[in-house]
Amino acid sequence: MDYFLTEEQQMIKEITAKIAKEKVRPVRAELDETEEFPWDIMKVLAQSDLFGVYLPEEYGGLGGGVLENCLAVEELGRECIGVATTYAASGLGAYPILLHGSEEQKQKYLPAIASGEKLAAFAVTEANAGSDAGGIQTTAQRDGDHYVLNGTKQWITNGGEAEVYTIIAITDRTKGARGASAFIVEKGDAGFSFGKKEQKMGIRASATRELLFNDCRIPADRLISREGTGFIVTMKTFDVSRPGIGALAVGLSQGALDIATEYSRKRVQFGKPIISFQAIQHILADMATETEAARALVYATARYIDSDAKDISKYSAMAKLFPTDVAMRVTTNAVQVLGGYGYMREYPVEKMMRDAKILQIYEGTNQIQRNIIGQELNKEYGRIKETFF
Amino acid sequence: MHIVVCIKQVPDTKNVRIDPDTCTLVRQGVESIVNPHDWYAVEAALLVRDQYGGKVTVLTMGPPQAEEALRETLALGVDEAVLLSDRAFAGADTWATSLTLARAITKLGPVDLVICGKQAIDGDTAQVGPGLAAHLDQPYTTYARRLELVDGCQLRAERVTDAGYELIQMPLPAVVTVVREIGDPRMPGLKHKMRARKQEIPVLGAADLGLKPEEVGLQGSYTQVVRVFSPPPRCDRKMLNGSVEEQVEQLLNLLKEAKIPGL
Repeated sequence: MDYFLTEEQQMIKEITAKIAKEKVRPVRAELDETEEFPWDIMKVLAQSDLFGVYLPEEYGGLGGGVLENCLAVEELGRECIGVATTYAASGLGAYPILLHGSEEQKQKYLPAIASGEKLAAFAVTEANAGSDAGGIQTTAQRDGDHYVLNGTKQWITNGGEAEVYTIIAITDRTKGARGASAFIVEKGDAGFSFGKKEQKMGIRASATRELLFNDCRIPADRLISREGTGFIVTMKTFDVSRPGIGALAVGLSQGALDIATEYSRKRVQFGKPIISFQAIQHILADMATETEAARALVYATARYIDSDAKDISKYSAMAKLFPTDVAMRVTTNAVQVLGGYGYMREYPVEKMMRDAKILQIYEGTNQIQRNIIGQELNKEYGRIKETFF
Repeated sequence: MHIVVCIKQVPDTKNVRIDPDTCTLVRQGVESIVNPHDWYAVEAALLVRDQYGGKVTVLTMGPPQAEEALRETLALGVDEAVLLSDRAFAGADTWATSLTLARAITKLGPVDLVICGKQAIDGDTAQVGPGLAAHLDQPYTTYARRLELVDGCQLRAERVTDAGYELIQMPLPAVVTVVREIGDPRMPGLKHKMRARKQEIPVLGAADLGLKPEEVGLQGSYTQVVRVFSPPPRCDRKMLNGSVEEQVEQLLNLLKEAKIPGL
């Protein structure tokens, strides 16, 4: 379908698609097998200026927004969401600086992220703080013109590989949610190290590690915004990043649909290509319809956010929830359409199905997305005085 | 360092037909692509520029739509592009083509290095590169897999042969054709592609190059395509077995039976 993209948006799609097809597709199975970090691909993406598509031109970006980011993420995700997650996670680490950082912080960190010279990462999750960010135990203690960090972050995408980390730590435990703050930590800061690399079910090309803070002293100017704004920074970051997870899901669904449809046209049973059977046609029809609906929702939400709209939380949650549930169904059905072949490692769809599961979990489980949407509905309808009966 | 890369827009040979009357390729309705070997020439030029500085100009002779091929190379970071387009250029053989390109290179000058792909996938002659060197009266080498500058005025090239490679050194300016071992062509960059969209591409005709109509195109061509055909499949092939000595013995007898002169 024609989504009336601008010429620049079309170029982002074309270049990313070319890289995905020529550089990602041939190695995705191997990266999945070996869990090797895709540095070669990250370098190609950097050389092609793709790390800055959503960043303003004054910081070395291309001046695009959430939609531009989604287009690049989708095309990469079509071939491998392990690689695409690695790319997208750098944006997730940059958003807190872009949205809430000081001018000095933006000047210092964003150009290197935009050029792809440095990867970024965002760290909220801890062993006891997943859906409930209130459980965060990592602390940041002010000490003169420094902060001293202590604690452990868990399951951090790009952990160990990224150079720039935005992390959430508690500066005042007595204030509850208003006692958290966001900081920038650099790889190499004294007292900052990495824990074990996790072995995962899917997106195995992406690196997931613990971040260990052991009396890690950082200059006070690494604080993002003011003390106590950590949760607001986090929520605002997720509001703009969640459509990106939706875009990963759209790309993954499209990749699974591409393979399932091509296979159905070639696979002959009972003397006919199996696509001639309605049982298969209906599965493919549902896959295609849901994928297109997911894409339309992601693009519409991304455009809405890029219009500087304020009330974006509900739509942003929807643009993560729906496409990722779709991706789980579409990839599961792709395996079903390919039958025994689909279950084999030699064919790409079993990886797609394993990969899909994380989309319903990270950046807020889909249950949490439903909570956000439900709470927003309650607020929205609470403001309406008229009745619909 | 000014490097000129000569490229050619060719029909995507995955689906071409031969016109039985004219014995030439039917180009209508066939998608045009940049000759795949030429991407290695572009990559070679960009590698040399990245290492030693300078600028890369890509040159092509073709119909107006060949401009698209030039823009594709600009998206990889090529600095400038020039299109040679003139109705009089149509039907050029390798002589007329290399003469026209050579004149254009002289006009662009001073040019330090000219790089071509090893051959074009439509004609497969591999003659234009060496032809250029002849018209420019410059040294050349072919099938290079690695290029290096020595003292800024000499080119050292590794030339691929069946047995290995030859190391060749020659003074600049020079002409070289390259093979795929030079390195995979880089991916297009977003900033380059945006620039490429707007960049002006000068178009030069025969008169601009000081060439007479009888020197270019079909009129300026010394060769004529008489017939194009698929070679018949080879038959009567015989595999020899045994030790090397036995095989030599058998081969000698077979050659004698075939009455090969000199045996």
